Parts: sequence; structure tokens; C-alpha cells
Amino acid sequence: MAKVNYANYLRMEKMPLYWCPGCGDGIVLKAYIEAIDELGWDKNDCVMTSGIGCAARVTGYVDFHTLHTLHGRAIATAVGIKMCHPDKHVFVFGGDGDIAHIGGNHFLHAARRNIDITVVFIDNWNYGMTGGQHSCTTPLGVRESTAPRGSYEPPIDAASAAIGAGATFVARAFAGDELRLKRYIKEGLVHHGFSIIDVLCPCPVNFGRRNKLGDPVKLMNYLKSLCVPKEKAEKMSPEELEGKYVTGILHVDDKKIELTDSYKNLVAKAQASDEYWARYATGRLKEEDKYPITREELKGLYPYDVETPLKKWKKL
Amino acid sequence: MGRIAFLDANAAVAEAAVIAGCGFYAGYPITPSSEVPETLAKIMPERGVPFIMMEDEIASINACIGASASGVKAMTCTSGPGLSLKQEALGEACIMEIPLVLVDVMRGGPSTGLPTRPSQADIMQARWGTHGDHPIIAISPCNAQEAIFETIRAFNLAEKFRQPVYILTDGLLSHLHAKVYLPDPEEVEIVERAAPTVPPEEYYPFDYNYEIPPLAPWWTKDGKSYRYHMSSLNHDKTGFPTVVPPFIQWQEKRLISKIMNHIDEIEKFEYYKMDDAETCVIAYGSVAEAARVAIDEARKAGIKVGMFRPITIWPFAEKQIRDLREKVKRIIVVEMNLGQYILEVQRAVAEKIPIYGVLQAAGIPIRPIQILEKIKNPEKSVEICMTEEELKKFGGGE
Repeated sequence: MAKVNYANYLRMEKMPLYWCPGCGDGIVLKAYIEAIDELGWDKNDCVMTSGIGCAARVTGYVDFHTLHTLHGRAIATAVGIKMCHPDKHVFVFGGDGDIAHIGGNHFLHAARRNIDITVVFIDNWNYGMTGGQHSCTTPLGVRESTAPRGSYEPPIDAASAAIGAGATFVARAFAGDELRLKRYIKEGLVHHGFSIIDVLCPCPVNFGRRNKLGDPVKLMNYLKSLCVPKEKAEKMSPEELEGKYVTGILHVDDKKIELTDSYKNLVAKAQASDEYWARYATGRLKEEDKYPITREELKGLYPYDVETPLKKWKKL
Repeated sequence: MGRIAFLDANAAVAEAAVIAGCGFYAGYPITPSSEVPETLAKIMPERGVPFIMMEDEIASINACIGASASGVKAMTCTSGPGLSLKQEALGEACIMEIPLVLVDVMRGGPSTGLPTRPSQADIMQARWGTHGDHPIIAISPCNAQEAIFETIRAFNLAEKFRQPVYILTDGLLSHLHAKVYLPDPEEVEIVERAAPTVPPEEYYPFDYNYEIPPLAPWWTKDGKSYRYHMSSLNHDKTGFPTVVPPFIQWQEKRLISKIMNHIDEIEKFEYYKMDDAETCVIAYGSVAEAARVAIDEARKAGIKVGMFRPITIWPFAEKQIRDLREKVKRIIVVEMNLGQYILEVQRAVAEKIPIYGVLQAAGIPIRPIQILEKIKNPEKSVEICMTEEELKKFGGGE
């Protein structure tokens, strides 16, 4: 394996990383940079957006075109960017609160649209940045700062939700298994369509300490014990899979049309018409198609004593 | 050498946006703004630029922010409740200084209110809707033709000042068809985003050396790539979050001063028959057209009355309205709400001359006769002007 020059992809002046000791976010970032490096993508062609949260701080560290946007709105922002620049690579980094909870609607609809964005979804079971409140992925009975007696809300399975919504690449990885994580991220990046990599990630400080798992190694081993590879899970009963996290590439669909491709088809259809803007955009608009308005006519339409943006008759 | 068309103000705004070079639209359906996305859904693919209907109001403005940050002119459109949802992202556009045009077709009532009926009740929401100190530009055209000219101006102001700009129309104006002239892009003045003057390695998105730092496109036409970070947190010149008080104060003050130092370029207004006026009617948007009729009638009866019509609602026309104190004996503010713009007028006039209001929030337009009555007798309050027969047509109620 060739040595990766991590500094090439990072804003080194922003180091050290601000994450807590034992956090898994740094492992995910490392795997992600290795995946980009293996693909050999030019960082000038890469865009990353993120919302608010621990994982969302990744945009500050990677040396791409980066936007650190509102809480939950990273995917919506990324959709706007990708629609305008279909030839660029657009990524989203975010946590469970950011992507699946407050931004859940954008997540489901980006999956449905199958827009070519890669989402790295870091699931650490809580809102780490604000002090460990329970989120939509916190398992039942797990203690958090807003669930001192254990969470009473059933959690969401984000990977299944993505499959249900129509995502065309869904993988689940574990932050303690960096090699597989890198492979899934790489395949997700290459995939032409909406891809999500759901990463189970340890948060020893906010989640761990409240659940007698404050030791990072102990927490890592605990999370590892919950992971079941897809191949093994196929032979297990639903009762045995209760509370487990099936890892691996869970779903791939290469047939569904990607959104920007679909829009290109629409543009081709629209520009084949004889409408004004179609002719304008394709250079088929002739001088005689235009209506030569006189000053008097325009004054009849717009009699006000204020300036217009018309170069010829700025003030009528 | 453009085209003559018969359009309502919604379609006019949409056509004008494309003339102004709008390269991205994201929206969500809401009455009474629907003709804007309906028109754009047809013409934007013809022009070869992206149009998308997002999953909600919040997503639509955020998609516009993404598009605009990357270097594309973007617009979104909504009405009252949708505008409330967009406010957080509007603040993001203010702090990141991202050019954006936000069309708000004002409708009645708080909450779901009166979806199909006009109002001008978002004046203060446009000014103070999002949290924190922030600047804002809001424009209110009075008819479809002006909506075309003002939409083009809104894009120009947004690009020039790195600032989200509102276009405030209302449910009446937006559905009133009129004969309009649609200019060609070559015929109008179109302001493009200031290009960065430094190479990518020396570029800062919030450079201290500028009053309005140029916003570099991520990919320039000549193949350069400006890579930088922008954060929705308070940031320093590099775009990274900071909590250093002098940097924050500098940023917050500059956000306001970049608008207030150029107020003469932004302010736009019309004086109508004001030369010898003793009474001044202040009206904006579609209501101004009713006021114009009332003023013409009052002039026939020998009353010296004129109109001051602010086209730029925000920033407030402070100087012009202060000047009115010396010129006229009384002011009548006419607006389709229970008193929003009048508050600013009262502040500027500071009780030097009496101010009266024709304020109506009944979901119906203000009629010229109501304004005429107020001009004739300012002390008398103006009631809803409808015959029994007209009221019956509404049905329901008691």
C-alpha cells in the first residue's frame, strides 16, 4: 500500500483536531482521505458541506471547497451545489442528529432523487457537541444527558430508511474496522448516485461515561460486539439480530437514473423546442424575433418618474 | 428589443429573473406564489439552467445558498408561512454574505392565515425575521412592469452587496395581469459578482481590506479554482469560526455599514404630485396604485395631496421621510396590515406633524374611496368598504 500524504488533503494550520480523546471521527476522516487518495481525485474538484455537530467539523479540516452550514441542512445545500456543477464531486459529512434527526427530510428526499452525493453518516448515538443529549439513533434504555433513566424512544435504522427512500448505495461500517470502512467509502464515492455510508462510531466522553463505557477501548469492544457482517446476518434469525448492527454493503442499485443526468435529458428536450429562451440559449434567436418597443409605448406601460434598468431609456 | 407579453406579477418576476441571469431556482409550492415556479419550470430548462422543487421551504433556500456560494445567481420564492421557515437560512446568507433573491408574495394573517388573499403583513418579518443583528434589502414593486425592472435590480443589488434581497409583492399584485415589456438581457444593466483581484492562494472570503470583499466563484471560467471555507458561525477573514471580540464586532458592524454607506445607491422612491402637496400619502406595492387613483380624485376636488412611494422598503428611506416633515402638514400611511411601515414613519417624523393610517388587514385590497375619505377627513377612522351584496358573496361566517 502506497503511503498517503495526509497533509495534502488537510488544512494543517487547523490542527490539532478538536475531537475528544477516544472519538471515532478521526478514524473516519483518515479512512475517507485514504479513499480519496486512492481514487486520485483532484481536491480542486471536491466539495464538502456539513451542518452543525462534532462530525460536521470535518469541513474545517479538509482542504476542499467547504461550506459549514446550518444544523441539518448540509444535504439540502449539497443538492444546490451538485445541480449547478454536475461534473464535480460533492460530499456531506454529518452526525446522527444532523443528518437523520433534524435533517431527516432532506436525507430521505436526496436518497429518493438519487442525486450523486456521498454522505458519510457518523452515528455515535448522541448529540456530542451539545453535551450528550439522546438522538434518533440512541437505542432504547441507553442513558444520555436528556435520558438519565435511559432513552424511552425507539431509534431509527438510518441505513434501512435510506434503502426504503431509494438510495442506490447503502453501506454500514464500524469505525473500529478502518480497512473495510475505507473500502465502503471508496465504493460509495465511485458510485454514480446517492450513496450513504453509515458508520457506527464511539463517543466515550458523552455517551460512554454515562453508560459505564468511558474507557475508549472498552467502548470500542462493546460496539464491535454489536456488529454482524452481512454474510453472517443472512444465516441469523430476526431474534438473534435484535439490537445488532449489520455491516457491509447492504444495497446497490445501478439501474436507477441519477438526478443530474435526468435533468440533462430534460434540458435537451426543452431546448429542442422553438420557445424564446430555448432559441436564446442555443443561439437560434434572430433579430426579427424581437419586438422593437418605442419610447412612447414603454411610457404607456410604465409611466413612473423613476429609473429603469434599461440602458437606452434609463429614466422615461 | 425584447418582447411584449401579458403577464401577472408572479410570471413577470420569473421571466425577469431569467433575464437577470438567474442560474438556479429552488422552491416549494405555496399559494399565492405558485406562478413563479410554474413559469420557471418551463423556461429554466429551455435556458439550460437548473430548476428544482425541493422537499420543503427550508431545503429550497439552503439549496440556493449552496448554489450561490459556488458562484451561481440563485433565487427562491415563497409566501408568509414559508418565509417564516426560511428565516434561519436567511440569516446564514446574511452572515456568509451570500447573494440571494428571495421573493415573498405576501398573504394575510399569522399562521396559515389567508392563503388566497393579499396583505402587506411581512414588512417587519422581512426586516427582523431572522435572529441577530443583520442588514437587509427589501424591494416592493407596484405593478407587473415594475416587478420586472425591480427583479433585475434585486439581482444586481444582491450581487453588488453580497446580500440577500427581498422582493415583496402581494396576493393582489401577483395575480393582476398586465401588458408588460420584457427586455432582452443585452438591453438591461446586469451586475455580475465582483471577481477576486488576487490569486487563489492569497484569497480570503472576508478579507479585511475590503468593505465588500469579492466572493470568488469556486471555479472561474479561466480554469482557476478558489478553495476556501465559509462558516455559518461568526468568522474571521478566512471564513473560519472565531470568538475573538474585535473580529466579531468588526464583522457585525461591517455587515450593517456595507449597506448603510451605500444607501443612496439602494434607496429608490417616487414622488407623485408632491410639488405643492399639503397632505402626503405614503403607500407602497399594489396599494400605491389605489392611492394614486384617490390622489387624482382628491386633486379634482381641489385638495393639495401627493404621494411618496418607497420602492426600496428596507433600508428605510429615513432622509426622505424626515424631509417630508418640513414640506407637508400631515402624512397618511396606507398599508394592508395593522401598522408596520407606519412605525418607522412615526419614528422618523418624531411627532413633528400628525400621522394617520389607513390600516386594513381584512384580506381585501384597500379601495381608492377609503383613501379618498381619509384624505378629506384624516381624523375619521376608515371602515371596511363593502356593500351587503358583496359581503354575501364571501359566504360563511354569521
